[in-house]
This record gives sequence, structure tokens and C-alpha cells, in this order.
Amino acid sequence: MTLDEVKIGGECSVEDVFADGALGQRLLDMGFVPGTRIKIIRNAPLVDPVEIFIKGYFLSLRHAEAKTVEVVLL
Amino acid sequence: MSEKFKEILVAVAGQPNSGKSTIFNLLTGARQHVANYPGVTVEKKIGSFRLNGDKVVVVDLPGTYSLTSYTQEERIARDFLLLERPEVVVDVVDASNLERNLYLTFQLIEMGLPLVLDLNMVDVAGRRGFEINVKELSLQLAIPVVSTIGNRGKGKNELRQTIHSTYRNKQKFTSIRLDYGENLELILMSLEKELSQDPRLTEHYSSRWLAVRLLEGDSEVQRLVRQQSQKAEYILNKVKQQRKHFIAKHKKAPEKIIAQQRYRAAGKIVEKCVKRTNAISKTLTDRIDKIVCDRFLGPIILAAIIYGMYQLAIVQGYKLTEYTWPLLAGFRNFVALFLPSEGFICDPILRAMPLGVIDGVIAVLNYVPIFVILFALIAILEDTGYMARMAFILDRVFRCFGLHGHSVLPLILGGVCVGGCAIPGVMACRGIKDEKARMATILIVPLMNCMAKIPLYVLLIGMFFAKQKALMMFFISTITIIIALAAAKILNLTVLRKKESAPFILEMPAYHLPTFGGVMRRCVERVWLFVKKIITVVIVVAAIVYALISYPGLNKDRTVYYESQANQAIQIFYKKIGDDNLYTKLVAESQLMKFTTYWEDYKKAKIGVKTKQAKETIGQKFFNKNPDFFKIVKRGKYELEGKKIVDKDAAKVEKAYKKLSKTRKKLRREKREETIASSYLGRAGHFLEPVTKFAGFNWRVNIALLSSFAAKESSVATLGSIYQSSSEEKEARLEERIKQTEQGWTPLHALGLILFMAMYPPCIPTLFMIKLEAASLKWMLFAAVYPIILGFVMAVLVFSGGNLLGFSGLQAMVVFYIIAIAVTTVMAFIKRRTELT
Repeated sequence: MTLDEVKIGGECSVEDVFADGALGQRLLDMGFVPGTRIKIIRNAPLVDPVEIFIKGYFLSLRHAEAKTVEVVLL
Repeated sequence: MSEKFKEILVAVAGQPNSGKSTIFNLLTGARQHVANYPGVTVEKKIGSFRLNGDKVVVVDLPGTYSLTSYTQEERIARDFLLLERPEVVVDVVDASNLERNLYLTFQLIEMGLPLVLDLNMVDVAGRRGFEINVKELSLQLAIPVVSTIGNRGKGKNELRQTIHSTYRNKQKFTSIRLDYGENLELILMSLEKELSQDPRLTEHYSSRWLAVRLLEGDSEVQRLVRQQSQKAEYILNKVKQQRKHFIAKHKKAPEKIIAQQRYRAAGKIVEKCVKRTNAISKTLTDRIDKIVCDRFLGPIILAAIIYGMYQLAIVQGYKLTEYTWPLLAGFRNFVALFLPSEGFICDPILRAMPLGVIDGVIAVLNYVPIFVILFALIAILEDTGYMARMAFILDRVFRCFGLHGHSVLPLILGGVCVGGCAIPGVMACRGIKDEKARMATILIVPLMNCMAKIPLYVLLIGMFFAKQKALMMFFISTITIIIALAAAKILNLTVLRKKESAPFILEMPAYHLPTFGGVMRRCVERVWLFVKKIITVVIVVAAIVYALISYPGLNKDRTVYYESQANQAIQIFYKKIGDDNLYTKLVAESQLMKFTTYWEDYKKAKIGVKTKQAKETIGQKFFNKNPDFFKIVKRGKYELEGKKIVDKDAAKVEKAYKKLSKTRKKLRREKREETIASSYLGRAGHFLEPVTKFAGFNWRVNIALLSSFAAKESSVATLGSIYQSSSEEKEARLEERIKQTEQGWTPLHALGLILFMAMYPPCIPTLFMIKLEAASLKWMLFAAVYPIILGFVMAVLVFSGGNLLGFSGLQAMVVFYIIAIAVTTVMAFIKRRTELT
């Protein structure tokens, strides 16, 4: 499944990042590498973007971007 | 200074939110200045300090998560490190976020520059339950590590000393070599070998770094190799092959493995060096965010904060200007003392021009108190970390229009509701990381309702919409943002199509209490930048505008006419007072002009003076200046040696002069009006009338609108000088004067004018800011032209369309409003191509 499909409060682990180019590199830089654990914290008031907990810090990204991250539920 | 003392170049690098600027300030203290990196708008802060006799020059690099070539900040940081070759690099690391920060550290190590790791905010990390073994960390990375608490000044000396000792030992500097795993290392080693055979490459760049970057597919490094190496094609071809092989074999791009290995290494080091003591399950930041980012409370809190900012900066700041204005006006009058004095009808250019320029400058400087408050508030929002939450909450709305969550602040500053200023608005666009959204925001900020647009609104609403005042104000304060959003989307789909767009991946930093010093420093820095840049521009512009409304001037006949009118009035004055008057000689010929100045000064001094004591002081002052003139201005009633004296001659002169003064003022006004009307600007006003009449603007309005280009607040003043009072006895209010002259004006005229003013092109200082922020003259010109077209089309729609359909002003407004909302809604649903590739 992809990151945007994980429910609020759910935890998952990164499998792969589909995006390449600027977005792909940015995701890699921010710690979206295989095995990284992610917790979904909350959606913004208008649903998008979503806030997650990754590598010990909080990050927000749009659902469209989250869609490019393949994850498995923990 | 003796020869052996050196100048040492040090760069401060680090990820965003690592407290990098605090460390920069800590190192350099007050000795710093702000410049821009060449060709871009990213600020470059340079400071220095002295240590052991050497001068250490410190450059603050932009905060970056990585050092690829995908973002402007990363390119700048990387180019600085590559081209300027700093002797020592300080890597500022957030101690409570070690793993991700080490990701950048590894890249810095790879570049082969002497590195010092500054473990910052160790206090926060400690509170969160992280205990970091500094010695072990230094051992693991094989580089010196210093722990600091930047905002409390702890670790300053140790950091400085470590920088210096690293500099002294830089020849011997070595560090760890990150192992990217067998599969990659084989390729990297053969690449490194290839690269190291070209001395032109290895002289400047570490071959390890080049190899890794090439394998990652970094286009900038490819360009670099092409520039420097003669066998570039051979090397790049080889890299291409190797990448292809690797992807085919491992089903993954090398950059993914590289990132993974960096994080793996970082994770290992964290495991070895960080002990989690009392792990807190919920930090304060978690708890605050639960409320601040809540579905219902979040937007309410956001609205409250925006409202609070508006109240504090715009409303209270505006009140502050009441105190600062007299200072500025005082400065103007002080300067006026040193200029040639007024003429009877015509002022010498050496007086009129400088005063015109000063008026232009102080009109802008008048807003400084507002800027001070605004900039301080923005610094607080930035330092606390709330800015990221603002973007988080609002991104969904703004994204529909090709903007960014961060666009909200510039728009507020520009005056989303009523009352803002486009200059700080445009400046605040720096915070938007998405280049496309940043340009769109810069371009629509001037469409907001800045304070200078308001006087004209108030005037016209008072004249034509007195009964629907509240409704009209609501219309104006909301129509601009509605139109601006649609404009942003259109710009996005057209002229900004090709601009670089960045993904919205935003760190939500932990909340910090801002320090007073930090906030003030940023505030003063920005205000100073503003004052410095703006004043020079305004001086030039005001001079040009002065020339445009004064030249070519009246023809000889008219000049002679005004002179003869003046002479006639003077003759009547002398006749009235008669030859036998005691004062006749005192006000004869050249003395008359002296008396005129004295009279004007006295009237000016008396304005607003209420207490008896103050009046007496003024009286004494003017008596000392010239006792005879004083007798006249007092209408012959004064005290001499304790006796009350009634001086009939003086009273007679006063009465006659009052008449003369009135005539003089009237002549000056008429002459000025005629000069403006026949000036270059006036001719342009006439020239444009055939076109602008479709929007309901006649030549008088055209002149007012044209002259507003320098500063919009002058629109009402210009209207004031164009619509001169025709009745001699009483000064009619401007509203009445306009109504007298423009009998045929309808509310539709007013509505067209209001809409045009709402879309009015940015004032010159704003345009200059746009040029700075967009780093391009082309965009500045575009920003000046497109609002004119937009505003004109809207005014024509409302005026001509309204007339055609027989609408009243209110009807036209409502219909226009509905159309605008409809257009903007449609715009929101037009999808832009997703830039996910």
C-alpha cells in the first residue's frame, strides 16, 4: 500500500519511494529509506496535507506526495 | 597588523531548524552584514571575530537538509563550499534530531573540507531524554565535536577555539569514509581512479565526492566535470553505463542505496552515542500541536493570530505614526529653512524640488513604525515554529490557486482585509520555498488593499455610497483577495508555467520560545534593509514625478498673466494702506516678501497651539524676530512696557494684507493647477481620455491616477489640487468640489474608479522590492503592467457594462461580485499538471 492510505494513528515501514527527480531525492533526504518507521499523526483541518512522525521528527507532506511512498503496515 | 596574522574563511552549514543562525550570531556578535548571493535573493550573512590575532570571517550558508542540486539553497550552499573553499566548515547539528542531521554531516565530510561538528541545543535534547556521548561521537566521525546551547551563549569560546585549532591542523585533517556497501563501492572505486587521473579535477574537488555525486545522477556535477575535464565525455559515458547496469541488476537507482546507506550509518552512530534516559511519551510540542492543528480549533486560532497581527501592526502601528509624523514633518520644515525662500507666486526650483522629494520620502518613512511591529511579529512567528503550522493548515486552500501554505503571511501583510503594505508583503515571500508559488505570491501581493489605497475608497464611498457604507467596505475588502486568487491561478497556468515547483515537504519543528535579542536583531535588520533601499529609490522617483507634473511649464503669456495679476493685487494692497501709514516703508518692495514669509511662519507656528503659555512663547519668539512685523500680525493690539496699545496703522496693514494673502494663495493654486494640466503628465491624462472614458475616467481622474504611481496616498491630494475650490470665500470640502465639477458622475463612475484603484499597480518602492525579490527587471515590469490591464478591464466591465444594462451602482457591484466568485471557483478546480516526475 502507499503512505497516503495509512489511517491516522497507524504505523508503517517504508518499502520504497516511487518518485524520482526532485521529489524522490527530497523524500530520500528526509529519511524515507527502506525500513524507516513512520507514524501517521494527523491530517490538516482541510484533510490535506498530512503530518507524520519519521526518524524522530515531525513532517508534513501532501497526499499526492505521500502516494509515491510504498509502505507496509506494522 | 603584522603579516603573520591570517584571515580565515569559515562557513556555517546545517539543516533548517538546527539553530544555525543563532550559532552564527554567537560566533560573530554584532560584527556582521547582510548581502545577497550573486544573482539570487537568498540572504548571505557575513560576520567576523578575532581570535589569537587572526581574523575569522564567518559566512552563514542557507539551511539545507542535503547538498544535491535540486533546490536553490542547496546549490548555493554547495557552490560556496566548492568555489570559495572555506578553510573550516562548522556543521550545526540539532542534538535532539541527530540521525537526520548526520545525513548532511556525511555529505560535508565527503566534500573533504576540514569540519567541526557543533552539537547544538543539547539542553533541549537533554530535556527530551537524549544523553549524547560527545567523545564517542567525535571518535565515530573522526572530527572535533563541540556541544553548545546557542540561544544561551554556551560553548562559544570552545567552538571558536576548536575552529581555530582545526584551521591550524587543516593539512592533517582526515575523517571517516562512509561505506556505501560492496555493490556500490566497486563502482565508486573505479570511478574515483578514473577521476583522480585528471589533476584539474582533483585539484579542486575530492574525487570521492565527485564519484558519489556522479553516480547519484547529479546534473550540476556532470556540468562541472564537462567544464573542467578534457575526458569528460568518456567519464560521463562510463557513469551512465554503470548507472544503467546498477539499476538493471538491483532494480534500484544508486541514489536510493546511497541515501539508505547514509541513514544506516547515521542510525548506527546514534545507537552508539545516544542513550535514551527518561523517554517522555508526549512532548510539549505534541500537546500544543494537538490544539493548534486541530480540525476545528486550528483555523480559529489561526484566524485569531492573523487578526491579532493586523490589530497590533496595522491598527496600533498606524496610531504610532501619529507620534512619529510630527518628527518627520519637523525634519521637512528644518530642511526648508536652508532652502531659498518662497516666491510671491512662483517658488524657486531649488526650493520646490527638494521639498517635493522630501515629501515623497517621509510619506514612505511614515510607515516605519508599522514595519517595526510587523517584522518583530513575523520574527516571533518564525522563531516559535508557528509559521510551519500556518502553512500546514492553509496549504489546501492556497494550493488550488497555485500558491503555497506560506503565501498567507505575505498576503496578510499586503492587506488582505483593509490596510497593509505591499513592501513587507513582497519581502515576506522569501519564506516560500516553492519558486513557482513564490513568484505568484509576489505578483499578487500588490493587488491587496494597502493603506495608501484607502483614502480614495473612503472619499468615493462617502460621496456615492453613503447609505451602503458597510456593504461597500465589505465588498472592497473581500473582492481583492477573490480576484487575486484567480489572478494567481491564471499566472500559474501561463507566464509562470515553466518556473520550478517544489514539493510540499515541510518539517514541523519543535516549538521554541523566541529570544528577545534574536527577534529584535531580525526586526532591526529588516527595517534597516527597507529604509536603506527604499529611500534611495524614492528620492529618484519623487524627483522624476516632480519634473513630470511641473514641466514643460506655462507658456510666456500665462506666466506674464499671473505676474500681472499678482502685481495688481500688490498695488491694491499699497493703495489700501496709503502712503501716510507708519508701516508702509516697512512692507515696501523687497520687504513685502520678507513679511509674507514671516506671516506664513507665524500662522504655521500657531496651528494646534492651545495653552496660553505656549501662545505667549510663540509671541515672544516672533516679537524677537521682528517687532514691527509682530505688531502687524497681532492686528495692532499688543503690549508695550506693560501698556496695552491699539495701533490703528498696524491694524489697517493687517486687514489689507489678509486680502492680499488670499489672492496670492488663489493665484498660486490656479497656476499650479494649470501647470499640472499642461504638464507632461497632464497631457498624458488628456491623451488617454478617449480610451479611459470607457472606464468612466476623464482626464482629471487620469492625472490623479497617473500621479499616484509614485505613491498612491497622493491620489486624493492630487484630486484635491485638480478640483480647486471655485468659491473664493469658503474652502469647500473635496467631496463637494468634485461634485460641483463633475455634475454627471454616477455611482458607476465611482465603482469603476474604486475597482481600478484596488488593482492599482504597485508603487515604485514595491516595484523595486519586486525587482530585488524576483531578481529580474522583466518581472518587475510585468508586475507593473498586468494590474493596469486587469484593473482597466474590470473598470470597463463595471462602468460600460453597468451603463449598458442600466444597473445602479449597487446592482453592478453585486453582479460583479458574483461573477468574480464564480470565476475564482472555476479557477480553483482547474487542475495543474502534477509535477511529480
